[in-house]
Amino acid sequence: MGKIIPAKERLLKSEKNWMDGELRGKILVIICAVIMISATISITIFLGTKGLQSFIKNGVSLIEFLTSTQWNPTNKANPEYGAFPFIFGSFAVTFLSAIVAAPLGIGGAIFMTEIAPSWGRKILQPVVELLVGIPSVVYGFIGLTVLVPFVRGHVGGLGFSLLSGVIVLSIMILPTITTIATDAMSALPKNLREGSYALGATRWQTIRKVLIPAALPSLLTAVVLGMARAFGEALAVQMVIGNVRDLPSNLLDASATLTTIITLNMGHTTYGSVENNTLWSMGLILLVMSFVFILLIRYLSSRRKM
Amino acid sequence: MKSLKKLSLLTLLAALMVFAAACGGGASTDKTEGKDKSTTPKTEEKKELSGSLSVSGSSAMQPLIAAAAEEFMNENPNVDIQVNAGGSGTGLSQVAEGSVQIGNSDVFAEEKEGIPADQLVDHKVAVVGMTAAVNPKVGIKDIKKEDLIKVFTGKITNWKELGGKDQKIVLVNRPDSSGTRAIFNKFALDGATPAEGITEDSSNTVKKIINETDGAVGYLAFSYFTDDSVTPLSIDGVEPTAENVQSGKFPVWAYQHSYTKGEADGLAKAFLDYLMSDDIQTTLLKEQGYLPVTKMKVERDAKGNQKNI
Repeated sequence: MGKIIPAKERLLKSEKNWMDGELRGKILVIICAVIMISATISITIFLGTKGLQSFIKNGVSLIEFLTSTQWNPTNKANPEYGAFPFIFGSFAVTFLSAIVAAPLGIGGAIFMTEIAPSWGRKILQPVVELLVGIPSVVYGFIGLTVLVPFVRGHVGGLGFSLLSGVIVLSIMILPTITTIATDAMSALPKNLREGSYALGATRWQTIRKVLIPAALPSLLTAVVLGMARAFGEALAVQMVIGNVRDLPSNLLDASATLTTIITLNMGHTTYGSVENNTLWSMGLILLVMSFVFILLIRYLSSRRKM
Repeated sequence: MKSLKKLSLLTLLAALMVFAAACGGGASTDKTEGKDKSTTPKTEEKKELSGSLSVSGSSAMQPLIAAAAEEFMNENPNVDIQVNAGGSGTGLSQVAEGSVQIGNSDVFAEEKEGIPADQLVDHKVAVVGMTAAVNPKVGIKDIKKEDLIKVFTGKITNWKELGGKDQKIVLVNRPDSSGTRAIFNKFALDGATPAEGITEDSSNTVKKIINETDGAVGYLAFSYFTDDSVTPLSIDGVEPTAENVQSGKFPVWAYQHSYTKGEADGLAKAFLDYLMSDDIQTTLLKEQGYLPVTKMKVERDAKGNQKNI
């Protein structure tokens, strides 16, 4: 029946294997972390160098880029690189859609956690998850087919407008806000509610005066995360906003955002040309803004702990 | 917090995918070169083609090149051709840096900034005609060139000034860098800069918008005039037809270029020859809505000068 291996060797061997497994696991996890960190850092460095080239190498004025409203890169005699209308458009759709989606999302979260925790959650949760799952191109296509003609027919203007972009984005960021707000509300300690009821407060008073203030930092985090998504969304917005280079004067004017200008022009421009570099600069602005959003979230969550 | 974790997991996944895509791209070009050398034994028949070819560039040309590549691969089963769209700028940049063998463009390489045009060899594989298209309810079918320029520069703002319905003119443009826009501006608007309007890149979206918006006007390639949903305009009484483009009467047309770095050789040459063959030029091109370059009675250089041949 084969050789008999002494117990000492067997045990030593198995111990060695166990050590190997431990080491392998550690290395595997470290590799994952290193890949993540290096990917982020390399993207930042790449975008930084690419995005600054238009100012350093091509001599585009940073002030003109950030403040001028004239965007005319293909005019060979007198090219103009003012990206302000797109920066304005990005901020406008982001803040307006947050204003629309935040009350809806937080309201939905309160409904799920406070008003109807059992059946309400059972219905609303899958609805919210479904909204997350719909690809942005589908949102855009529905927007183009249904929303744009509706706005044109019932509100006015061409239909391609800031308003259409805001409506599409609001629906897109709704699930982000609702999910995080729901987590925040249900994480509140039970004794807050019980204490409030014991003092004779009604349910609405409890929600308004106790629960919302207690969860406020997390709710704000939810809104900021939603805004970060809205700021970066390109495809769906591009299909409904009209992509006009002028500053919009009202909600029904067509407009453009940084992301839509990048996606519209990136494929047509050649690597290293001034126009291509200014598109990278717009990408850099998007990255800087997402850092700002992250800092905001950090700040809000540090306030929550206190 | 749970969703925050989910978010970071997603970010990780995305980063990995970016990495994989970058690595994958590099690996496949390596393989191409390796295959080309190793799988061409001299003992076999010379006609037996094998290896792989990567093509990228103009999204307007992508359906044509992809369809031709499919037929080419049916005839030569050992050949693998990858056709990617991505825009003319991408195609020219990639062929210039050697990451693809053929780069498609709907403009001359000379017209694009930052491309070493002298290193690239131009193969004109097809011609595409385009014209202004209006919403059918506008009620006009013919426009004078000077009026067309006035419409696109915003000097005429209502169709009734041109004998159409009392509808406000809505412009549908292409992005600044688009080849279609460059050609339309140059040959239909005589170089005038169009006024601001809705801007969309995809021809299908442009067609949809013109069809759904009262008073809309944009421009499309002939191949998109397959139904009554938009009305193509004649310019100065010349109808936008293949015959008029070929005889040089209709001014708004462009070559579809396939560029190679240096003279084409091996598989790239075989494929380009195949594109120029009568079979492809007379059947496939027509099916896809392009005009055969072999039938053109006029030719044009990169500066836009036209002459008869």
